[in-house]
Amino acid sequence: MTELLIASIMTMMTAATPLVFAATGELVAERSGVLNLGVEGMMLTGAVFGFAAVTLTGEPLIGLAAAIVMGALASMIFGVLTLSLLSNQVATGLALTIFGTGLSALVGLDYVGKTIEQIRAIHLPILTDLPIVGRLLFGHDPLVYVSIALLGATHWFLKHTRWGMILRAVGDSDQSAHAIGYPVIAIRYAAVAFGGAMAGLGGAYLSLVYTPLWAENMTAGRGWIALALVVFASWRPSRVLLGAVLFGGITILQLNAQAAGLGIPASFMSMLPYIATIVVLVLISRDSTRIRLNAPACLGKPFRAER
Amino acid sequence: MNDKPLLQLTGISKAFPGCIANDDIDLEIAPGEIHALLGENGAGKSTLVKIIYGVLRPDQGRLCWRGEEVAIDNPASARSLGIGMVFQHFSLFESMTTLENVALALPQQDLDQLRERLETTARDYGLTLHPDRYVYDLSMGERQRIEIVRCLLQNPSLLILDEPTSVLTPQETEILFATLRKLAGEGRSILYISHKLEEVRSLCDRATILRGGKRVDDCSPAEETAQSLAEKMIGRRVESVKGHTAPAASEVRLKVTGLSVRSDEPHGTNISDVGFSVHAGEILGIAGIAGNGQTELMNALSGETGRPQAGRIEILASDASRMGPMARRQLGAVFVPEERIGQAAVSDLSLVQNSFLTSAFRMGFVSHGLINWPGVGQYTDEILDKFDVKATGIDALASSLSGGNLQKFIMGREILQSPQLLVVSQPTWGVDAGAAAAIHEKIQQLISAGAGALVISQDLDEIFALSDRIAVISQGALSPPRPTGEVTAEEVGLLMGASRTTSETASHVHA
Amino acid sequence: MFTLEARATQSAYASWLSPLLALALTAITGAMIFLAMGKAPGVALYIYFVEPLTSWSGLSEVAVKAGPLILIGMGLSLGFRAGVWNIGAEGQFIAGALLGSAPAVYFFESTNPLILPCMMLLGILGGMAWAAMPALLKTRFNANEILVSLMLVYVAELLLVHLVQGPWRNPQGWGFPGTRMFPDAALLPTFFPGYRVHLGTLIAVLIPFVAWFVLTRTRFGFQVRVFGSAPLAARHAGIGSTQMVWATLLVGGGLAGLAGVLEAASTIGQLMPKISPGYGFTAIIVAFLGRLHPVGVLLAGATIAVTYIGGESAQISAGLPKAVTGLFQGIILFYLLAFDLLTRYRLTRVSARGNAA
Repeated sequence: MTELLIASIMTMMTAATPLVFAATGELVAERSGVLNLGVEGMMLTGAVFGFAAVTLTGEPLIGLAAAIVMGALASMIFGVLTLSLLSNQVATGLALTIFGTGLSALVGLDYVGKTIEQIRAIHLPILTDLPIVGRLLFGHDPLVYVSIALLGATHWFLKHTRWGMILRAVGDSDQSAHAIGYPVIAIRYAAVAFGGAMAGLGGAYLSLVYTPLWAENMTAGRGWIALALVVFASWRPSRVLLGAVLFGGITILQLNAQAAGLGIPASFMSMLPYIATIVVLVLISRDSTRIRLNAPACLGKPFRAER
Repeated sequence: MNDKPLLQLTGISKAFPGCIANDDIDLEIAPGEIHALLGENGAGKSTLVKIIYGVLRPDQGRLCWRGEEVAIDNPASARSLGIGMVFQHFSLFESMTTLENVALALPQQDLDQLRERLETTARDYGLTLHPDRYVYDLSMGERQRIEIVRCLLQNPSLLILDEPTSVLTPQETEILFATLRKLAGEGRSILYISHKLEEVRSLCDRATILRGGKRVDDCSPAEETAQSLAEKMIGRRVESVKGHTAPAASEVRLKVTGLSVRSDEPHGTNISDVGFSVHAGEILGIAGIAGNGQTELMNALSGETGRPQAGRIEILASDASRMGPMARRQLGAVFVPEERIGQAAVSDLSLVQNSFLTSAFRMGFVSHGLINWPGVGQYTDEILDKFDVKATGIDALASSLSGGNLQKFIMGREILQSPQLLVVSQPTWGVDAGAAAAIHEKIQQLISAGAGALVISQDLDEIFALSDRIAVISQGALSPPRPTGEVTAEEVGLLMGASRTTSETASHVHA
Repeated sequence: MFTLEARATQSAYASWLSPLLALALTAITGAMIFLAMGKAPGVALYIYFVEPLTSWSGLSEVAVKAGPLILIGMGLSLGFRAGVWNIGAEGQFIAGALLGSAPAVYFFESTNPLILPCMMLLGILGGMAWAAMPALLKTRFNANEILVSLMLVYVAELLLVHLVQGPWRNPQGWGFPGTRMFPDAALLPTFFPGYRVHLGTLIAVLIPFVAWFVLTRTRFGFQVRVFGSAPLAARHAGIGSTQMVWATLLVGGGLAGLAGVLEAASTIGQLMPKISPGYGFTAIIVAFLGRLHPVGVLLAGATIAVTYIGGESAQISAGLPKAVTGLFQGIILFYLLAFDLLTRYRLTRVSARGNAA
């Protein structure tokens, strides 16, 4: 029984990790006032290029680097269109998702069915061998720790550093930030690029660790779930982890219920994450005052210098 | 004794496509002087001041600072010279604290030290500030103090203020003046932009007057009367305010009882227990500083914000409390909110389409769901003609109209529907004097024809000029309406600032 | 030095220019991609964009493919104008196909002529029901309709798979997933023997004209336009946001659902685990490419359909993978959005001494 529990929790964490990466990146972009709906496309881009890089070079680190770079590049298309050419952010984000899906399908054609060596979980002497706690705390694959560390770093950055404060200010009132003299557009470019890099990393986690293979559309909507997570977290990093783990939990439920032979058809169990996302959104959005107080005031609005 | 002027502008000119904003302007400010920059809307004050602060660069002319010629390329270099500016529209971040807001305006530094400097500076100048309060919780006066302290922490020699008292109660204005006088006493100069003549007379040492982009005069305000200053600004004799007789008791056009409305803005003002009535042939004026519930009241009256929490609204004797805007219009009322583009009119649509927006049913332009566009076109022609709206045609986009013309169009659209009740908020805010006078005249004509009107305005001059009875809205509560002849501007001012700042005024009120 | 100046009037000329420019640039980009893939760009471009139009069978196929794109795109453009982002049209398409096909699945030997109109009605209702969920959740709970409608796409896809592999499976299907073939009475009539153009195509071509009339001459159409541009003004004019959200989502869902059942009852002739090559998402591009204007959507639907058909034959004759079509669609949208700028702003020259900072 304990073994099942431990395994479940481990799976929960790995299921949560891609969401943590993507949601953290999108959170930073949104705090600066930019709504990037292209997360799904950027994740797929990262997944396919990461996988391709590892297949070609055999080095996981190069794969991760490729995913980060390509994710960031993909986000830059969005950045140029929305920040310099002032296009509608919703439409452009959708375009990025469609483009990313198509691009990844094309690039990935040569890699369907190939296998790579999975990035393995860490093993610290003594610590990992502790009963129960050992594996739970010290037995995950390295990227799980990286995702949590990045989340923590983002929290610290936003709350305790000057540039984090400036980024928040840009999302609150871009006109005021500009009037004081801050480079609003440059800051937003940086935030969007960070979002892209993180989404790419999240996608790479899927293709390099979670299920080390490439398949068209393998993110299966996780990018959209990450967007919902940012709303659920009220744009605060501390809540992102909670939300992502909850989703991990739903994934467990799905797998275990099938294994337990509860007689619920597989298709319906697969619907759980999506229905859960809807429920979460409804619960959070009901409190419209809370949304208004926490959502960056400039979210989704294009910036043009007034004065 | 150093009598070199602190700032000297010579021959400053700046043109934009379609207008010459500044035409060969000279200006001199001495150290320790409070200098007013007077002029109507569009006279060129904002442009001149933006040139001084480095937001714009002049096409021609020289700027001299302490006797040496300088080029001010951007706000940062203005600040390094020692020039600070408090804009009319604040550059504040609502979801952040006062301390963070100040920190953002200054170069990198230790927050704890900044907190101390902030508290010390605020205390020294008699401005109360709480570093950890969030800006969205603060009143306009408190927000302005953040802006001022932000400037003061950079040790300015010249502080520019653009229409600072447009958002303040009379009592908050006195606090501001005390601070400014203290700053001037320290040898700092103030450049004070305003169109409020009495304030300028009481505060400022000298005034430069702009009209149509040119400098037309400079003088000592104390030696002038408000009337003479106004004449210099406008360039002609100012006509005295038209009197009007209060009508005999007549039909009630609008009756509001016990109205309570919860604001749908997170930082809005709730209305509590408001009651008043408007009769045929009279204008009831509601005075008040923006942000005291006017928008909530306006939207509750027009039906835009749904059912009120409590109370009753009767339009022409019918209970309209549950009716939507179109149903209320059918009863005979028209509404002109303070926001023109975005609420009263849509910038991307043509004037014809904008005419249809509110007149659809009352003027019978819809049958079986289909729109009679030719009919709407004729109506729009009538509006442009009778209200002297300057536009390229009925198909011109609303965004192509100037502020004054757009407001004339909107007022025309509503008034030509021959309503029995006109409810209007800020009818001439930001509108040039000529258009404002035309709008006032049309309102008077409507009243003489038997309608009743409710005018909500921040402009006390307008309230006193138009209204038969006056009430004041403050913090969502309404004072009992009184006949205009029986109240003074001072009483109204006190009512406008009631309760929030009484504790502060206790120490600042002077005989 | 150039700068951007907001236009006073919507430039109609730029409205037409931007889609054309976008297409032209996509073709150029496409040529570069083909080169990179080692294919002759000229030939490939011809196959994608021109060849489908050169034969009657090509035109017929383009028309058939354009049908669902135009129908769904029409519904989406109405919603987008009103600022309601229905991204889940794919799910509404599937829901419409599911509910609409139910009579054909259950009465698989029917010869009743009423079955087809009944199916079409059910298809519309199915799509509307699927769109009603985001409408309800948005108006009651303020939940973002993009995310809700999108999540429902995945749910609809899974529901389709479940039904088609389970209760609705063809018992004589030799293990192939899918329902029985629909009876002839439940199939849409075609017009020209040998070509697949069917009744659904005709409906799809007529709908834009209806939509154009509604948008320009009815109060509802006017309300949609105002609501999208200026929600506060819409409220001021008595246009309730709740009713707008419901109306546009239901219309969008209904049209998508209709497209779904029409597709199932024509080219496919049954229900299968996958019945849409992403029409619901491609229709988003169609809506934008057509600048949210009914006639534009009609033309844009046809244009995108050409690339679909071209893509299919390119797969066969030039060995180009299907995925390229999806890539093209993303690129068209990007260029379109880039040029959209021109309709709202004008490039003007500024003198050397301009504004600071």
